[in-house]
Amino acid sequence: MTVRFLLDGEVVELGEVDPTATLLDHLRYRLRRTGTKEGCAEGDCGACTVLVGEAQNDTVQWRAVNACIQFLPMLHGKALKTVESLSRSGTLDPVQACMAANGSSQCGFCTPGFVMALHGKAIGALGCELPVADVLAGNLCRCTGYGPIIEAGETIATAAADERELAARLHAIAGEGAGGEWRGRKWFAPRSSEALTRLLADHPEARLVAGATDVGLWVTKGLRDLGEVIFLGDVADLGQIAETSEALTLGATVRYAEAHAAMARLHPDLGELVRRIGGLQVRSAGTVGGNIANGSPIGDGPPALIALGAEVTLRSLAGRRTIPLEAYFLDYGKQDRRAGEFVESVRIARPDPHAVIHIAKLSRRFDSDISAVCGAIHLTVAGGRITAARVAFGGMAATPRRAGACEAALVGQPFTVATLDAAAEALRGDFTPLSDVRGSAAYRLDAAANLFRRLWLREQGTCISVLDLEAGHG
Amino acid sequence: MAERDPAWQARARPENPHDSAHLHVTGQARYADDAPEPVDMLHLAFGQAGETCARIAAMDLSAVRAAEGVVAVYTAADIPGDNNVGPVRHDEGLLADGEVTFPGQPLFLVAATSQRAARKAARLGKVVYETQPAVVTIAEARAAGSRIEATQRMARGDAGAALEAAPHRIAGRFAMGGQDHFYLEGHVSVATPGEDGQVHVLCSTQHPSEVQHLVAHLLGVSCADVTVEVRRMGGGFGGKETQATSFAAAAALVASKTGRAAKFRADRDDDMVLTGKRHEFEVAYEAGFDDAGQILALSLHLASRCGASEDLSPAINDRAMFHADNCYFLPDVEIVSERLKTNTVSATAFRGFGGPQGMLAIERIIDHVALALGMDPLDVRSANLYGPGRAVTPYGMTVADNIAPQLIAQLRRDADYDARARAVDAFNAASPIIKKGIALTPVKFGISFTTTHLNQAGALVHVYADGSIQVNHGGTEMGQGLYVKVAQVVADVFAVPLAKVRITSTRTDKVPNTSATAASSGSDLNGMAAYNAAMTIRDRLTAFLARIHGCAAHEVVFSSEGVLAGEERLTFAQVARKAHMGRISLSSTGFYATPGIEYDRAAHRGRPFYYFAYGAAVSEVAIDSLTGEHKVLAVDILHDVGRSLNAAVDKGQIEGGFLQGQGWLTTEDLVFDGKGRLLTHSPATYKIPTASDRAKHFTVSLWDGENVEPTINRSKAVGEPPFMLAISVFSALNRAVAAAAPGKRAMPQLDAPATPERVLAAIRELAAR
Repeated sequence: MTVRFLLDGEVVELGEVDPTATLLDHLRYRLRRTGTKEGCAEGDCGACTVLVGEAQNDTVQWRAVNACIQFLPMLHGKALKTVESLSRSGTLDPVQACMAANGSSQCGFCTPGFVMALHGKAIGALGCELPVADVLAGNLCRCTGYGPIIEAGETIATAAADERELAARLHAIAGEGAGGEWRGRKWFAPRSSEALTRLLADHPEARLVAGATDVGLWVTKGLRDLGEVIFLGDVADLGQIAETSEALTLGATVRYAEAHAAMARLHPDLGELVRRIGGLQVRSAGTVGGNIANGSPIGDGPPALIALGAEVTLRSLAGRRTIPLEAYFLDYGKQDRRAGEFVESVRIARPDPHAVIHIAKLSRRFDSDISAVCGAIHLTVAGGRITAARVAFGGMAATPRRAGACEAALVGQPFTVATLDAAAEALRGDFTPLSDVRGSAAYRLDAAANLFRRLWLREQGTCISVLDLEAGHG
Repeated sequence: MAERDPAWQARARPENPHDSAHLHVTGQARYADDAPEPVDMLHLAFGQAGETCARIAAMDLSAVRAAEGVVAVYTAADIPGDNNVGPVRHDEGLLADGEVTFPGQPLFLVAATSQRAARKAARLGKVVYETQPAVVTIAEARAAGSRIEATQRMARGDAGAALEAAPHRIAGRFAMGGQDHFYLEGHVSVATPGEDGQVHVLCSTQHPSEVQHLVAHLLGVSCADVTVEVRRMGGGFGGKETQATSFAAAAALVASKTGRAAKFRADRDDDMVLTGKRHEFEVAYEAGFDDAGQILALSLHLASRCGASEDLSPAINDRAMFHADNCYFLPDVEIVSERLKTNTVSATAFRGFGGPQGMLAIERIIDHVALALGMDPLDVRSANLYGPGRAVTPYGMTVADNIAPQLIAQLRRDADYDARARAVDAFNAASPIIKKGIALTPVKFGISFTTTHLNQAGALVHVYADGSIQVNHGGTEMGQGLYVKVAQVVADVFAVPLAKVRITSTRTDKVPNTSATAASSGSDLNGMAAYNAAMTIRDRLTAFLARIHGCAAHEVVFSSEGVLAGEERLTFAQVARKAHMGRISLSSTGFYATPGIEYDRAAHRGRPFYYFAYGAAVSEVAIDSLTGEHKVLAVDILHDVGRSLNAAVDKGQIEGGFLQGQGWLTTEDLVFDGKGRLLTHSPATYKIPTASDRAKHFTVSLWDGENVEPTINRSKAVGEPPFMLAISVFSALNRAVAAAAPGKRAMPQLDAPATPERVLAAIRELAAR
């Protein structure tokens, strides 16, 4: 198989390559670009942050990603920048100069990752329009306390360069894609959903990979051999976002960072939830479709989407079928995806502007954490009465799912604190959560039930989030 | 002594950035894993125990040996020398020798052609265990009488009688968790075989000499045959004080056996499972006090989980006892410290070295006294400070440099504590679910290794004939800025620009028999040793110049304008050249041993510390009483670094130490299962603070003062003390939890770390009380 990408304007062409070799290992141990560091090899620390550029017509969209969980063929037809790219002229780039001058590094091991995240901000990379602390949420530093790094980030102005030439070169090197085989390991990279459909019919056991933010760990941590892989990232027509007055429809390979703004427009709570999914690098690689398809019992996206009444469309050679999202999750690790099928899109109807919605992610750490409980409450209220209720939770059962008894306690009742208290009580009958490293069963039940009280207080105009507070400092 | 050069003393301290800053930001700074790999290099992984406590009945490694890429597999029987990586007591084998004492323990060592091949093969061992009853928790260990050493007691007066006589009494207990170091660079060692049985080990370690000694014993060679080198670590925090040895020893063993270079680069999850963490503690106390909140009597019981081997646990637990007074005079006091041996990974050094645990204990007690009396906790703190007539610690050391009262008063004023505390109470009265808390807590941290002989350091300074300078010393660079501080000291002695001083990697063949870079002592010890080395050379130069220019020694002056010798003015390079032509030695070692310290461990009395470093912080927090979520809103710090050697570096240590302490007390929750297996062994489940966890309002000021002891530039150590400033966060959370159950005026049952779950549980428990 052949993988071609552009590194600092030079074509890198790899012939004999293990399709699940990681970009990080290749950079460090083959290309001797050791500035990119391995901190965790699972996409959680950001020390290996690099920028990947994709041609979009005559521009290049850059994304900050974790090189440790990028398989090499995912780079095919793309441009790559590493920390070494920034000072090739012999002078420090502005981010580097600022960080070097203001004490942004102590041990320095995480520093290249921060440099790359902030360089992403400087060149207008995907998702980098957020406040600096959000841009850096996927980068861990154990020495500095972050102060000087945030200060450096706040001085960075965003200016996208003219990259028409680079875009043209990327179109030229992409060729027919990166499909191929290495020692029996097959990598398919279809370019259209038609081709994907046929491919999947022929290889129903193949592993589907989009952002690899989950599957990457099967290789780096599970030391697994993935067998046949079908990479979805090059399927152009799965990456569409369709936003109408009725609904938001996201193609399966739309990344969280790409969908963030549209999801925030659907409802601010949904936007806040997406802001807290992974760090920048994870949101810039991980897809909404993958988050659904892999069937995590927590899966921060699905509970909210279920409460909002999302539907998922599955496609195969036999055609398409559309089901409510909650019906897709059958049991732990088991989804309603038939042989030869793939998740094509998810459609989220725009909620009524008067709907009462509260989406909450409870985790030990606010940023870049997996929730102990992820809850979403969606009530339709007319004439002081609740006419419809969709309540869904993640982290409370083997799958993200709705709370039937709780919903029954809400529908038809007056929208009062007493009703919400009753619903909270009923919720305890809906779930028998487990205790694990993220939270005990008791905490999960108590905190989930309390979300109804929190929803009520917010409706009364009370501040309900510690994130909205300022200190009473002089 | 540094005192003899007033001109140098008075020179303004530049805020020099870290010497490697330009290398960090460009990715050019080389860490141990970044050196080019020889093509035949071997990569290593441990086969790890799946049981907690067991006898190994049989070990079948045939599948491991047959696995793709595997070149060699070793067990304890293959170790030529002493199968030990225990730093003090020889109770920790590199590879298990028949007995498993904790889950994940290394049983065998795999060398393969790639890291992936080694890791894959390491999972293929078939081990037959005869399991034995395991002791996992503190309670289980206590019940089994399982201890690493005898329970220690430090006491003054009669705490029991004083408790009986006190007007008020409280009692309580709480627990605090351990902490993973989570250095961003995991453990890595690269061993390269040399001629005639020698080996060079490039290692990410805070203690090259100890690695050298243990590797030599393990290989059965002499220390002179082993060279250990470290240029920099990607973070250490105590986690690379003793814990680097097993990776270095494994690499050296393979290099020695195969004649090929060998690298052990631990995967993050393996690193977290294999290496020790901060000790978790359980605390029980009884305190007696008067109406003004002054403590009259304290009985304090500390129990820690030390894990499967001794490691540094005795000294760490001693330091917990030393800091159980913090800034407070405890008239009649008894501190009992139980050190429990468990079938868990051995706990080890971590920034603060037991100090945080002891200090958190006394600060919880102060908070409890305040709640019992309905006083502001800061007033209780102020009422108990060391002062005239109340200046002797429970271990009999006089607190001679006490600045805590003035420092606290200044921060109280500058951070507007009183008005803000009233505003917090007003906010809480009006806010149904969000509750705020505020706290000012102080720190007094003893500086010196409490194991007295460790308080020594060596340095080696070369001046080359072109006037350039190389400095080497026994301290290691882990990000704390030690190298730049020591280089500054040397540059200032010769009055040359910092850029003239080349800092080189720490090597056991340059400076031998060094202590770990630990106990915050790096710049105190190595700075003074380097100063002494540089002064030896300068004294030679001065005598030489006085002789050839016919002037008095005091007429030779090293200044930024050049070297003046009577009427002559020379550049430093000219001086170096002349001295070389004049056959003057331009190289010298330097040595320093901290004066005035002694400690009788059997009696727990003496002067273990050269001096104390002080600080205080005000933290303001908010909690959500429905979910337990919380946020640190504001932090103001006033910290004492004496006359700073480098204010930029010191502020970085203060901020970083604080946030690491905040992590320990809030988000960093180590979860072990009932068999002692660590379940939170990756950043997916173990949560250190991120950028947004740093309070939006965050100020750091340096106390305007100097060390009363003649340390280098009258500076003070800064590595560890700021970590404990974060106790203010925990105390503020405690206040907010108490506010969530108004009218109770009782001490919340809040354990650390205060995760959202623990905060919510504490609120519910208090409300139900």
